[in-house]
Amino acid sequence: MASTDVIGADRAQAKQGKKMSRKKSRGPWLERYSALILATILLGAWQVLVPLSGLSEFVLPTPLAIAKRIVNELPLLATHAYVTLFEVVAGFAMGVLIGIPLALSIFYSRAFERAIYPILVALQTVPKVALAPLLVLYLGYGWAPKITLAFLISFFPIVISTVVGLQSLDKNLVNLVRSMGASEWQTFFKVRLPAALPNIFGGFKVAVSLAVIGAVIGEYVAAERGLGYLQLQANSLFDTTLNFATVVTISGLGVMLYFIIDTIESRVTYKRDAAK
Amino acid sequence: MSATTQTGAAVDISRLSKIYKTREDDDVLALDKIDLKIEPGSFVAVVGPSGCGKSTLLSLLAGLTGASTGTISIDGDGVSKPHPKTGVVFQSDLLLYWRTVLDNILLPIEIKKQDVAKFRPRAEELLAQVGLAGFGNKYPSELSGGMRQRVAICRALIQEPGLLLMDEPFGALDALTREQMIMDLQAMWLRLRNTVLFITHGIDEAVFLADRVLVMSPRPGRVDLDLKIDLPRPRQWSKTHEDKEYHAYVRQIRAIFEAKGILVAH
Ligand SMILES: Nc1ncnc2c1ncn2[C@@H]1O[C@H](COP(=O)(O)OP(=O)(O)OP(=O)(O)O)[C@@H](O)[C@H]1O
Ligand SMILES: [Mg+2]
Repeated sequence: MASTDVIGADRAQAKQGKKMSRKKSRGPWLERYSALILATILLGAWQVLVPLSGLSEFVLPTPLAIAKRIVNELPLLATHAYVTLFEVVAGFAMGVLIGIPLALSIFYSRAFERAIYPILVALQTVPKVALAPLLVLYLGYGWAPKITLAFLISFFPIVISTVVGLQSLDKNLVNLVRSMGASEWQTFFKVRLPAALPNIFGGFKVAVSLAVIGAVIGEYVAAERGLGYLQLQANSLFDTTLNFATVVTISGLGVMLYFIIDTIESRVTYKRDAAK
Repeated sequence: MSATTQTGAAVDISRLSKIYKTREDDDVLALDKIDLKIEPGSFVAVVGPSGCGKSTLLSLLAGLTGASTGTISIDGDGVSKPHPKTGVVFQSDLLLYWRTVLDNILLPIEIKKQDVAKFRPRAEELLAQVGLAGFGNKYPSELSGGMRQRVAICRALIQEPGLLLMDEPFGALDALTREQMIMDLQAMWLRLRNTVLFITHGIDEAVFLADRVLVMSPRPGRVDLDLKIDLPRPRQWSKTHEDKEYHAYVRQIRAIFEAKGILVAH
């Protein structure tokens, strides 16, 4: 056949492509550790400059002092971190459990979308932090107000990212699976949901960081446990080092949750540009 | 076992119209009382100017949109929803990027809740036939445009559809890949002998591939010319393109476009 050589060329090209992607380079050493290097430089500068500037340890402790304090106070920090972690996870879980069904209802019902969107946006403009004292008034001093605050603050990004993810699907993909005889149920699980997952996970990542803020602010207002409470204690005792140690623990909590979600995401999704 | 057969499906379209209702009052008449019978196992190409209703015709046949008036039947069954005997290849490959090549090809089997494992060897065989042996575990992002479109064709063929609908499947490909795909498609069709409705804006590829070329008028779409192509098969690229009769067919179709002012000489 006249065109066999074309196939041949194509195949050769394909094989070459295969080889090239196999020895995909991991990028130069500097690029790989750039974040670590920069962080080390900044912390080193902090460590060196504080004593030079003559600031007292009570005003601004050095990174090493903070690190030492974290190690020494590990049991105390852990006890309070568990409380905050529980509040964050519970609030975030509520955000998912209520946010996703709400997003689905908005996606599937135009009438519901019209009805609920203005209310959602209006609620979103209320600063949630301002609700904290009210929540304490209504729900007491226990878990409830912190979880509620974490939920309120995290649920909006979950709803919006899910709706946007579902709505941005290429209509032709829906036609494709419908042409194969797919029911709406199948269309949802084979196409709509997988295509929306990157958006949904993006929303989760924003939401979980916000949930940490929600829980800690709840603890600032009224609490007997939790990292927010511990930080207030440190503050009233002028224990700036413990204060910083708590801040580091709070952000460590946020980073940990972020990476847990990131790990789950990379397990259940395939990145479109993974071959980049 | 697959319910479909090796032989092509018969298509019968009668007085088919499609009106798109728009939000304003200017409804669009996309197809106007089309009558069309397609013999089982024939290869029919549809050419026509942009916006004349070719894709509309295809999506009606695929059961994706409802007709405004008239009827469509495939092997005697009225089409109101997608018919199990049809397979569709769209203009863009529409591969699901989170699935491997093999899992993309097996998608119709999954959706029809058939035994996926049983069709795996068949999927691999199809891949080999389009020159992509061993690519089953790659992701679409690792393939070129032409390779992706070949995978899309494998996906449409996995169930050996009695009616294969193709909407400008090679429109986005470079000339060399397109030529190869045209040859591959002919070879595939000579093996399967299913009914193919092939929509294209390329007069040359329509004449090269088809038993019959339908030339559509500008909107509202009607069939202006129903041309039988009598060229021996298998058609070979260079030989057929040097054929006098081939060029006569191409000229005949161009003449219609020129007469309608769709192709204007300068
Ligand atoms: N969903 C829709 N709503 C309203 N009008 C539509 C819709 N789909 C198509 N049309 C109109 O119907 C006409 C035919 O469209 P169609 O897509 O079938 O054309 P086509 O022949 O496939 O064109 P092309 O060669 O450019 O793909 C066009 O004028 C288009 O504007
Ligand atoms: Mg079209």
